[in-house]
Amino acid sequence: MTSPSVLARVQDLTVRFRTPRGEARAVNGVDFEVGTGEVLGLIGESGCGKSVTLRALMRLLPPARTQIGGRIEVDGQDVLAMPGPALERYRGGTTAMIFQDPALALDPVYTIGQQIGEAVQRHQGGSRAEARARALQLLDQVKVPSPAARLNNYPHEMSGGMRQRAMIALALSCSPRLVLADEPTTALDATVQIQVLLIIRELQQRLGMSAIFVTHDLGVAAEVCDRIAVMYAGRIVETGRTADVLLHPQHPYTQALLASTIHGSLRGTRIEGIRGAPPDLTRLPQGCAFRDRCSRARSECGGDVPVLQPVQGGHAVACYAAR
Amino acid sequence: MNTTTAPLAATALPAIEASPSYWAGVRQRLLQDRVAVVCMVILALIVLGALLAPWIAPHDPAVGSVLKRLKPVGTPGHPLGTDELGRDMLTRLLFGGRTSLLMGIAPVATALLIGGTLGMVAGFLGGRVNAVIMRSVDVVFAFPSVLLAVAIAGALGAGIGNTLLALTIVLIPPLVRVTESATTQVRAIEFIDAARASGAGNAVIMRAHVLSNVIGPVLVYATSLLSVSIIMAAGLSFIGLGAKPPTAEWGLMLNTLRNALYSQPLVAALPGVLIFAVSLCFNLLADGLRNAMEVQ
Amino acid sequence: MAHANDYMVDVAGLRKQFQVRPERWGAKPRVVHAVSEISFKLRPGVTMGIVGESGCGKSTVARLLMGLVEADGGDVRLAGQRLGYEPAQLKAVRRKVQMVFQDSFASLNPRMTVEASLMFGPVVHGVPRAEARRNAHELLARVGLEPARFAGRYPHEVSGGQRQRVNIARALALRPEVVIFDEAVSALDKSVEIQVLNLLQDLKTEFGLTYLFISHDLNVVQYISDQVLVMYLGKIVEIGPVQAVYEHPAHPYTRALLASMPSMDPRHRTLVPPIVGDPPSPIDPPSGCRFRTRCPHAATPCAEAEPMLVQTPVDGSHQAACHMLNAAPGSWQPLVPAHTTPGAMA
Repeated sequence: MTSPSVLARVQDLTVRFRTPRGEARAVNGVDFEVGTGEVLGLIGESGCGKSVTLRALMRLLPPARTQIGGRIEVDGQDVLAMPGPALERYRGGTTAMIFQDPALALDPVYTIGQQIGEAVQRHQGGSRAEARARALQLLDQVKVPSPAARLNNYPHEMSGGMRQRAMIALALSCSPRLVLADEPTTALDATVQIQVLLIIRELQQRLGMSAIFVTHDLGVAAEVCDRIAVMYAGRIVETGRTADVLLHPQHPYTQALLASTIHGSLRGTRIEGIRGAPPDLTRLPQGCAFRDRCSRARSECGGDVPVLQPVQGGHAVACYAAR
Repeated sequence: MNTTTAPLAATALPAIEASPSYWAGVRQRLLQDRVAVVCMVILALIVLGALLAPWIAPHDPAVGSVLKRLKPVGTPGHPLGTDELGRDMLTRLLFGGRTSLLMGIAPVATALLIGGTLGMVAGFLGGRVNAVIMRSVDVVFAFPSVLLAVAIAGALGAGIGNTLLALTIVLIPPLVRVTESATTQVRAIEFIDAARASGAGNAVIMRAHVLSNVIGPVLVYATSLLSVSIIMAAGLSFIGLGAKPPTAEWGLMLNTLRNALYSQPLVAALPGVLIFAVSLCFNLLADGLRNAMEVQ
Repeated sequence: MAHANDYMVDVAGLRKQFQVRPERWGAKPRVVHAVSEISFKLRPGVTMGIVGESGCGKSTVARLLMGLVEADGGDVRLAGQRLGYEPAQLKAVRRKVQMVFQDSFASLNPRMTVEASLMFGPVVHGVPRAEARRNAHELLARVGLEPARFAGRYPHEVSGGQRQRVNIARALALRPEVVIFDEAVSALDKSVEIQVLNLLQDLKTEFGLTYLFISHDLNVVQYISDQVLVMYLGKIVEIGPVQAVYEHPAHPYTRALLASMPSMDPRHRTLVPPIVGDPPSPIDPPSGCRFRTRCPHAATPCAEAEPMLVQTPVDGSHQAACHMLNAAPGSWQPLVPAHTTPGAMA
């Protein structure tokens, strides 16, 4: 029952990992939708489950010790139930991923031209010359200077920003409908980061792709995302349009996160962080996972886990105190 | 002027929760590895037998009897038979173990000490010191190890002492290499810079920081070298360059029992079985040790 | 009368070059001009932030000041002590200056307990073990880690933020007067980062320290620093009180850097990147002003001579190294109107 404007829908996603210390519940009942041409941001700190959610969408989690529950539907296809050949067409074809560290995602022994060309030929067929032309076109789109020369460069011959652009080109090579970006600019210098963010935004708008953007940086989310979902301990605690969530946060965690974000106008004041630490994923507490660190915790917070309730116009919060 | 330790005791620090150290973790994981435990038991039995040989051996290893030559396994009074000179096999194997194990283990231990130190110094200091040490080691490395051992032992003459020397020389270069490689990797990690920033000199850093991080992989490699060393020692004795008769030694026994291979194959094979068992056990133990050392 | 001993950190003409192996055998080795003629002075109790991007040399400066790398030239005085490379001189300097590194895990010996790591420095300098242990426990408590729980732990049993506190405690174990932080909070979550920064402020006041804070995060630098130094390709391009530099950046690079910070307001997004291209490598930098190849204001004098640090025109609040400072009277405008409402003309 996916309406035509919804490209991806995740329902009640749960991911459990088997670890020596017990079962880690990394994702606990995550629901969201991504519309066609929309950018959704997954915001949170380490261990909140945002990267795991992203990898579940590509089925990149280690099968041996992972248990995935729920339903993921992208472009009408059931991702979790896909058999091998369909999965290969899906990855790169329907959905593509941009990783944080391009040095890890790019094979060091092949040139950029070869890697992009290989992806193009696998998904779209055609001759090597056609694939190379397409690679050239892509490098030009991501604003790599002297793209013809770059086709013959190996990853180690390029700077960090250039490698990240090459990886974006690789991800876009087969015209995916959904792009998953896992902290793609975290490792980049400030002046390079803003360039890459603008390229991503421009391409996403021009090509009409949807995107899910994982980041811990609220400034990055403000620049790129149409809607954001704030995650904590494997659950979404707040979601809504970017402006609504960032300027009028409702959940105590979102508020605390924003309050502890350093920006210049706070110089001279003392910013307090969030006391305590995120919960151990192998020992999640009963009820709301943020309870122990929340200044507005009440008795009901220890009961059932709060579910997302709409506040207004697409803005929803999972919190008993926010009502 | 007699300041006792009383002031310190008075301000004793509260007890701290001690976490299990890395080596305690290694030991625990090793003991959970069934294969490793079996190997350790077998090795312990053989080593124990060798050590206690003078007390538990039923006969005199040097005394033989022409009448009792090449008795088969299971002969009353000689559970493992007798050799070509009528000497009790069980006794000879027990006493032979002393020699064989010595010739296998001592060179590795000595080479570990010498080679490990050289490798750590070369890896840590780098530059010219590294070049001098490593290139010298390369020269020795250029020769195939067995051939080199034979050549050295042949030049020096047969005898246990010379064999020990030959084997030690042959085993030093690989240990230098492994230690140097491990040290170079550790040296690049920031805590070494942090130690230097604390004002420590090279010797202190090597002892306090490098050693504990390097000893793991080096120990694994040395254990695997034990299996090689046992075989090389036996091999040298087999071709007459190691222990001299009438010394009991497994490799030598293999040689002297060669002619009995068709008449009493079981007896003739016994020393070989023991060499094989010890070598295999050391090899598997090295694997187990390496697995136990990998922290999650 | 301001004399040399008024300054806690006094750096003059610091220089460092590295040689890169040539790609082809027989070609000349190429030279990386990592740090070129860096000079600055810090009074006691000041926090100096050092900002810049990859290749600017800020980490090299940290290592030079610690004596971990030998400088090619220049004079460095720390707490009155001249930095020399004889073992005795280095050891003396290391009682005065300590460093906290970026990678909290790699900075600690995985085979040593927290307590042992904290005791190592003092014991090397002759402190008896029992006293060093007591010192270690006190420091752990001071950085917010309960000694009974943490002293016996190993680095992998402790979280990132906690590890960085251990590193801070370790840096303080020798009672230094200057502490250098090389991207020390960059790898931490935001909420943990602010806790550690608050701790650093408290410690600075309590122990009377002087800080050098190296970071690529302009917000953090503005929050914690009193002075700031902007580096580009091994040179200082701008230096001065942090508010002055952030509010009235004079050098085109500083302006571009400040304009590159992502907007926190989704209604006013960045439309045009303030500067195009990647930071160049410090091998064979451009002649004259090193920024001229990417600078929209570049003119003939920029290729001929390296600009010196001069007082900024208009208010003289700080210093910048640019030939065009006085040439463009309206140059207080941002380089490009970076943050405008969507739909408006750039």
